[in-house]
Amino acid sequence: MTDSATKGLKPKHQRLVLLSLALVALIGAGLLAAWALRNQASYFYLPSEIIAEAPAPDQGVRLGGMVEMGSIEEQPDGTTIRFIVEDGTAKVPVSFTGIAPALFVEGSGVVAEGKMSADGVFVADNLLAKHDENYMPKELDGMTQEQVRKQVEATLE
Amino acid sequence: MHGYANPARFLKIARWFTMPLLVGGLLVTAAALVWGWTTAPPDRLMGDSVKILFVHLPAAWLGMGGWTAIAIASLVELVWRHPLAAISARAVAVPGAVFAFLCLASGSIWGRPTWGTWWVWDGRLTSMLVLLFLYLGYMALTNALAREGSSSRIAAIFGLVGAINVPIINRSVVWWNSLHQPPSITMGNSAIDPIYLYPLLASVLGFSLLFGGVVFARMRAILADAQAEARLRRKAQKAELAQATAGEA
Repeated sequence: MTDSATKGLKPKHQRLVLLSLALVALIGAGLLAAWALRNQASYFYLPSEIIAEAPAPDQGVRLGGMVEMGSIEEQPDGTTIRFIVEDGTAKVPVSFTGIAPALFVEGSGVVAEGKMSADGVFVADNLLAKHDENYMPKELDGMTQEQVRKQVEATLE
Repeated sequence: MHGYANPARFLKIARWFTMPLLVGGLLVTAAALVWGWTTAPPDRLMGDSVKILFVHLPAAWLGMGGWTAIAIASLVELVWRHPLAAISARAVAVPGAVFAFLCLASGSIWGRPTWGTWWVWDGRLTSMLVLLFLYLGYMALTNALAREGSSSRIAAIFGLVGAINVPIINRSVVWWNSLHQPPSITMGNSAIDPIYLYPLLASVLGFSLLFGGVVFARMRAILADAQAEARLRRKAQKAELAQATAGEA
């Protein structure tokens, strides 16, 4: 800034202008960084993303979405479960051996950590239950389950 | 605003405010927590662990609100050179850090039974941890500057630059897929059943009053510290002067 440009300004106002410019630059830099991170900083892939861009067979990834209603099947060995994770557009079958978290239920969110196998089944070695933003008592559960499910799906889009 | 620049004048008001805020905050917080913990029914999925919400959410809001206050105070200090701005920013750092830690700790305890993990490196949790580290760094910096009697302008710049993390925390669950759920309470909208929401808001009020009380108490302590130090310095100077004149004679 040249002298003539700042001559009319009181020091206080000059500081305000300079600081505002610095803040705008800072916020711009922050937004750009966040924008650049928008893919890398995601904690998991959605089923449609995993199908569109299949990870290498030995690459550990996280798959997140909704557990499809009525899809959880216990396998004969008693410790393995199979279920389908969906995001409204795509579905991925998942197999998991171990103890699932208490909140792992059909129609709710889940994040599975594991690898994509050659036959298209996602083999998970860890399951995390994803809670939605709705908090309601058990009494309301039955009548709004469908509504709740829709809302949960909406948040994943 | 500069009317309160005089510490004596500010102290008179602060003295009057500190106790009512602290006591009121304690009472409201205790009442809100008892209300929430005794009346709130178990959540449809999470069961009784939903009751952590009454601590977790106020702590998260105040942790982020604290840094917002530091940023505003830093701006006021840099532009208007208000003498109380630096002191208030310093005073906010300690309760802000405590609440950020409380948010992380309660969230971790909550995550174990609900998500199935104590900690994950998703956008929300990571950016909140960064906030706690920013607080710790800020406290170390302001303490060092105060000890050396240096200008607090560096701390103010730190406060402003660190503020970029606050909107990132807020937007992290919207911008990126995360294990943490999206915001339940947005402008004029709540996905939280009223049976949880009202005790929750009462708890937010209680913790906020406490926060305010601690900030006033800290500001008074910092001002008293500065006064005591100035008095000691004057005394030392006088003693030195007396010694020097005695040596000459």
